[in-house]
Amino acid sequence: MTWVLANLGQIWELTVAHVLLSIAPIVLGFLLAVPIGWFAYRFRVSRGLVLTVCGLLYTIPSLALIVAMPTILGTKILDPLNLIVTLTLYAIALMVRTATDAFDAVSTDVIQSSTAVGFGAWRRFWQVELPLAGPVLLAGLRVVSTSTVSLVTLGALVGMSGLGYLFTNGYQRNFPTEILTGIVGTVLIAVVFDILLVLIGRMLLPWARVDDAARRGAGTARVKAVAA
Amino acid sequence: MFTSRRGRIAAGIFAAGAVLTLAACSSGDPLAEDDSAGSGGDSIAIGAAGFAESEIIAQIYAQALEANDITVDFKGQIGQRDVYIEALNDGSIDLIPDYSGNLLQFFDDSSEAKSSDEVLAALQDATPDGLEVLDQSEAEDKDSYNVTKEFSEANGVTSLADLAGIDVPLIVGGNPELAERPYGPKGLTDVYGVDAARISFVPISDSGGPLTTGALLDGTVTIADIFSTTPSIEENGFVTLEDPENLILPQNVLPLINSDKASDKVTKVLNAISAELTTDDLIELNARNQGDEKAEPEALAKDWLAEKDLF
Amino acid sequence: MNLFGDAFRWILEPSHWTGPNGIPNRILEHLAYTGLTVLIATLIAVALGLYIGHTGRFRGIAVSVTGAMRALPTLGLLVYLAVLFGLGIQFALIPTIIVLVVLAIPPLLAGAYSGVQSVDGRTVDAARSMGMTEWQILWKVEVPLALPLILGGIRSAVLQVVATATVAAYISLGGLGRYIIDALPVRDYTTVLVGALLVTILALVLDGILILCQRLTVPAGVRAIRSSPGQRSTTKSASTVSTAA
Repeated sequence: MTWVLANLGQIWELTVAHVLLSIAPIVLGFLLAVPIGWFAYRFRVSRGLVLTVCGLLYTIPSLALIVAMPTILGTKILDPLNLIVTLTLYAIALMVRTATDAFDAVSTDVIQSSTAVGFGAWRRFWQVELPLAGPVLLAGLRVVSTSTVSLVTLGALVGMSGLGYLFTNGYQRNFPTEILTGIVGTVLIAVVFDILLVLIGRMLLPWARVDDAARRGAGTARVKAVAA
Repeated sequence: MFTSRRGRIAAGIFAAGAVLTLAACSSGDPLAEDDSAGSGGDSIAIGAAGFAESEIIAQIYAQALEANDITVDFKGQIGQRDVYIEALNDGSIDLIPDYSGNLLQFFDDSSEAKSSDEVLAALQDATPDGLEVLDQSEAEDKDSYNVTKEFSEANGVTSLADLAGIDVPLIVGGNPELAERPYGPKGLTDVYGVDAARISFVPISDSGGPLTTGALLDGTVTIADIFSTTPSIEENGFVTLEDPENLILPQNVLPLINSDKASDKVTKVLNAISAELTTDDLIELNARNQGDEKAEPEALAKDWLAEKDLF
Repeated sequence: MNLFGDAFRWILEPSHWTGPNGIPNRILEHLAYTGLTVLIATLIAVALGLYIGHTGRFRGIAVSVTGAMRALPTLGLLVYLAVLFGLGIQFALIPTIIVLVVLAIPPLLAGAYSGVQSVDGRTVDAARSMGMTEWQILWKVEVPLALPLILGGIRSAVLQVVATATVAAYISLGGLGRYIIDALPVRDYTTVLVGALLVTILALVLDGILILCQRLTVPAGVRAIRSSPGQRSTTKSASTVSTAA
């Protein structure tokens, strides 16, 4: 505890860096995965391919992907972009499956009714499919958020800032307190993100009993999302 | 109809997401900002290798330069030499503390230099264009092969030269990259004639830290590569094997810097540090970092600068 | 692309197929960590999941706890346990397996309880009215019907564990992670890629085997239900899980 108090400044800096590295992959992953998921839901032919590619992506060890990024993107080797792009890919891999399921779960009757009253595909997506898929999408996003925050720690093995630094550094000098601080910090960030997402969900999806539906969705979303 | 309200709200989700993305991107930039404009010698990105001592010395550089009105961007725990040299080459960092002998072998593995001064001279030649090394300090910290006292006595081993003559399996423990280094197991074979078949290697990713020490104590390994300034060598009574053939070169601490950033001011500050840094300093700093105090590099650097009355 | 060529050449090189750092040995080590982990995690998680699914109790707690487990950073937990136990690297297997079990439990648990809960309440009531005991209902009705989702959970767990078992190398164990962790500091990206490729291939092969198991073990009754339109919502989840390649 004394160590923690003595080093609050550094811990805070690492926490801020960790948060910054986490936000972009979560948001980008979500924004990219929803249209891909909708595509897979709407066009059955593409479904197998899309889901297979996402599954495959998820089995690539993350460290290997991070170090491959400078070659693929032409970035510098310490560029945070390497980590951000890698984590965005994982976020997409996790989220696309949930997004597909979320759209699948929208009742066919509702979609047919909306078509019957004259909704075009575009309007139907924004006004019917997306709002109704919202709760399950949110459940999936919560899983993505948690896993991304945890994955950012791997950046420490390739010279990125973030709470993972406390793991490698604490390991090298056999110092459990430091490592534990990193673990607790990471979990706290994940919890704060999760609470924020739930609150955003309550604001944006007032018609859904968010808690209930999200919980129900989360169970299956977890199984499926990770069924790489 | 309520559907349109839902639609607006759903659109809101996306809008909010987009804003967050933008925010994330723009706030991501400060992380990426390093040398970009190359604004003379007034800003410098300092890196540290993936072990504590490097970080402590890098912090000393950083704080001293900051005290001289130079903007410093600090990037700790980058990794091992192969990685941080690449980071220097691609401009991610401009300056890093390094060790003369290993750095020479990295740039030129055929060099015959043996003494500290020979190594420095050879290193100055071998350092590629765009990079340069500044004055070296007296402080030295090198890889060293250590055995337990019991092992040393039981087998009559006090020098690497003794290893070829004994009939015990040699299990070498060290950082994973040691397997590929010229002073690693290969060097034991090439320079000291130890039969390669008798050597096995256990990679331990803590840069000769407590786990390496533990592995040597519990017999998981019989020979451990531990940095010579590590306090645990003395604490555990390990026997550091002599190296009559200079398999491991002298390793004086010196700054490796991007030539564009080596302005007179920067050079003066770094040379002043090298003039003061000693091997004993390193041992003491490491002991405070790894021992019960668990002092952080930042604080250690501050104390050292104050003690030496620099800047 | 050249990197891929180099990686394949590396894999095909005969000298990389023998000895302790040879491909067969590293794959066996990797399989051993994965197998041991999945075995332990399945015993714990499926038992708990069936209990939660059958009784409907502690579901909220299970969701929160597994959610929190997901947030635990694997690398951090690994080095924490390694340092905390003070076992050095001699017994590195213990922290490694604990960490991987923690990783494997959430999908297994979710698969088991959502599997049991997806069973139509009317089916369970019918079984009960026929005089089946709760134990019989669990084993003769709920488990067989939940099997697709339970196996789906096992599949996700296996994939995650295979991909993550690479971290074992960080605390001096073997497995395919050795290729990645050893090559990373010297920027030997060919070997890093070799490690990644082998892990991915191993994951795909294991997944293929599990898909086969899923096909073979799903009871005929469940397969029949799949084609019945009335049960769409239940079977959909099962079939989406099985489309995951």
